[in-house]
Amino acid sequence: MEKQWFTISVYSENNVGLLNRISGIFLKRHINIESLNVSKSEIDEVSKFTIVVLTTEKWVHNIVGQIEKQIEVIKAFYHTDEETIYQESALFKIESALLFDERQIQNIIKESNSQIVTVAREFFVLAKSGRRHEIDEMHDLLKPFGIMQFVRSGRISVTKSEMQITALLEEFQHN
Amino acid sequence: METVHVKQKKIEKDTIMKITGAEAIIHCLLAEDVELVYGYPGGAIMPVYDEFYKFQDKLTHILTRHEQGATHAAQGYARVSGRVGVAIATSGPGATNLVTGLADAQIDSTPMVCLTGQVPRHLLGSDAFQETDIIGISTPVTKWNYQITKASEIPEVMAKAFYIAKSGRPGPVLIDITKNAQFEEFEFSYKKCKGVRSYKPVPKPNMETLEKAAELINNAKKPFIVWGQGVILGEAEEELISVVEKAGIPAAWTIMGESAIPTSHPLNVGMVGMHGNYGPNMLTNECDVLIAIGMRFDDRVTGKLDEYAQQAKVIHFEIDPAEINKNVTADVPVLGNSKETLGLLLPLLKNNTHEGWRDEFRKKYEIEFETVIKNDIHPTKDKLTMGEVIEEINLASKNKAVIVTDVGQHQMIACRYAKFEQSKSNITSGGLGTMGFALPAAIGAKQGAMDREVVAIIGDGGYQMTIQELGVIFQHQIPVKIVVLNNDHLGMVRQWQELFFDKRYASTVMVNPDFVKIAEGYHIESKRVSERKDLKSTIQEMIASDKPYFLEVKVEKEDNVFPMIPSGAAVSDIRLK
Repeated sequence: MEKQWFTISVYSENNVGLLNRISGIFLKRHINIESLNVSKSEIDEVSKFTIVVLTTEKWVHNIVGQIEKQIEVIKAFYHTDEETIYQESALFKIESALLFDERQIQNIIKESNSQIVTVAREFFVLAKSGRRHEIDEMHDLLKPFGIMQFVRSGRISVTKSEMQITALLEEFQHN
Repeated sequence: METVHVKQKKIEKDTIMKITGAEAIIHCLLAEDVELVYGYPGGAIMPVYDEFYKFQDKLTHILTRHEQGATHAAQGYARVSGRVGVAIATSGPGATNLVTGLADAQIDSTPMVCLTGQVPRHLLGSDAFQETDIIGISTPVTKWNYQITKASEIPEVMAKAFYIAKSGRPGPVLIDITKNAQFEEFEFSYKKCKGVRSYKPVPKPNMETLEKAAELINNAKKPFIVWGQGVILGEAEEELISVVEKAGIPAAWTIMGESAIPTSHPLNVGMVGMHGNYGPNMLTNECDVLIAIGMRFDDRVTGKLDEYAQQAKVIHFEIDPAEINKNVTADVPVLGNSKETLGLLLPLLKNNTHEGWRDEFRKKYEIEFETVIKNDIHPTKDKLTMGEVIEEINLASKNKAVIVTDVGQHQMIACRYAKFEQSKSNITSGGLGTMGFALPAAIGAKQGAMDREVVAIIGDGGYQMTIQELGVIFQHQIPVKIVVLNNDHLGMVRQWQELFFDKRYASTVMVNPDFVKIAEGYHIESKRVSERKDLKSTIQEMIASDKPYFLEVKVEKEDNVFPMIPSGAAVSDIRLK
C-alpha cells in the first residue's frame, strides 16, 4: 500500500492530557505527525484536532480506530486531500525598510494575495493563508531579502461531504 | 440512581459534616463494593492509609512487598472473580512500580483501578520529593487516567474510574490524587457512573451482519472457531458452547480464552498459537470459514500474517471496533458483546455435525500425542518433565483448580496440559508476558475465589522476580499452592538459544538459591521433589493441605516445548520436534 497524505479529524471533550494520549498513539507506531491543530469545533464545548500524516491507508485506519477508542474522543475520521478543503496560515516578520527599498517585495505581497497585518517602525508582518506549496513558494521568494521570523500553522480543513457526526453531537447536547 | 450518602457525623447537633478527600476515597471504594485492596504506603498517600486504618473492619488492605505485586494481585483477583481489582501506591517510585501491572492489565483487558498519591497541587512541576508525572508515564498503558487536584472531584472521578475499568472491553484506570485533595474537606455524596457521553463501551449488534455470519457458517464445510478471552470477559461461555454444539464446529482457544469451555468437551480441540496444538494450527490453514470470537489475532496466534488462513472467510466477533481489520481482515465483522451476539447467532444456525472435518482434528491429535504429548506427560526417561507435574496436579485437584502461571516454558506446558472444568480458571500473563506475574496473581486469585484450589505454577526465573510476595502468603496464611518447576535455566530463552543461536546460552543458566529454605524462612510448608517416585504423593499432599504450600520440582534442564511455530513462520509450518 502506498503512503499518502491523510487528514485526521478528531472530535473530543476538552481535556487535560488528551493531546498526550492521542500523540502517544502515533509515537507507539513510529508515525510522524506532519501537522497538528487544536481548536473549537462547530459544536459547543467540543474540541477538534486536525492531524496530518503521511502514511498508508491501513495505518491511518488503525490509528483512527485507536484514537476513537480513547474515552474522551467522541468520533474520529480520516480523509484524503481530495476529500477536503484545507489551508494553512503563515506569518512573515520582515524589516520595514525593505518594504520601501525593495520594489520586488511589494510585488510579492500583491501577487501572493497576502495581507499586511501590521507595520511598525522596525518591522512589518505579512499573513498568508493557502496551500502548503503556496506558502513555501512565498517563503522562497522572500528569503533572499531576509526574513526576521517565520511561522506556519498546522493544517485546518473541512470536508467536502457532510461530517457524519452532527446527529451524534446533537444527541449529546440534549443529554 | 444508587446514591450513597455518608452518614452525617454528629459532633454537635445535626450539622452536615464535611469529610476529607481521603475518607471520601474509602466511601467511594465501599460504594463500588470493593472489599479488598492491595498496596504499599508512602508519604503522598498517607492520608488515605490513615483512613484504611480507621475503616479496617469494612475494607481489607493487603500490604504487598512491592507495588508491582499489588497490581498483579489485583489482576489475579479481577480475572478469577470478574470484579474490578484495586491497587494503591504512593507517588514517585510507588507509582512507577505500578507500570508493569498496568501494561499487563491493558494488553490482557483486565479491569483494574490503581490509585496513586501525588505531591500537593502547589508543588506539581517543581520536582518535589517523590514527584513523578505518573499521568504522562501511564497514559499509553491505561484505558483512562486522571489527576485529581481538588477533593470535590473525587466522587465523580472515582465513579467514572470503576465504570470505565469494567465496561466494554475492560482495562486498567489510574487515578492520581494530589495530597492536598486528600486533606481537603468537602460535602460528600456518591452516584455510580452509568455512562460517559463520549464513550460507547458496547457497540450495538447489527442483525444484517449476524445473518451474513450465519449464512457463511451454515454453508461451511470446514468451519473452525478460535475463541479468546472476550468470551470469558463477556460471560458468554454458555452461548459459545451452544453455538459450538448446534453447528458442530471444532473450537480452539487462545491462551487467554482457555477454560471457557471445559477441556473434556469433545468439540474443544485445544490451543492455537506458537506452542498450541498441532491440529488447530495446521487446520487454521485448511478451514473454509474461520470464526474468531473475542480474540485479537495476536502475532503469537497468527504466525506469519500473509500465510494465515488465507483460504478462509473470516468472521470476527469483537467488542472493540479498533480490533476489526487491525491484523486480519474480516469478511464479516460482528461487533458487540459476545454474550449478546452469540445469543443472537444461535437461532440462525442450522444443526450440523461436520464429522469428517472433526476427524481431521482427531488424526492430527493422534500425531501430536505420539510425537509430543505422550513423552511430555508419560515420560520414559529418568528426569522429570514439566508435563507430568501438570498431569499429577490435574489428577490430585480433579481438574478443579485455578491454575496461575508465570511466563516461559512452564507457562506453555501448563496451558497445554492443565485440564479445566470451570471458566475463569486459567490466570496467566498472555499479551505482555510478564515474568513475576504468577506469585502475586495467585494471591489475588485465591482471595477472589476462596472456595477454590489455587495452584501457582512458576519457573525458577520468574519466581525470583516477585519472590518477596511470599511475605504476604505467610502473613495472611493465604492457602495458595506454589509449584516451582526448576530447570535451573531461563528455559524459554534457552530453548530459543538452542534452536536459533547455536546453543550460545547467554545469561540463561540460573544459579539458584535453596528455594525450600527460602519458603521455610517464611514459615511456609515446603518440599522438594527430584525423583518420579515422590511426585504423585507429594502433589497429593500439597493439594490436600489447607495451608500455603511450596513445592519445588527439579525437572530436566534442557527440555524444549513442542510443537512450536518458529517466530515469523506460518501456522502450518508448526514443528513437532
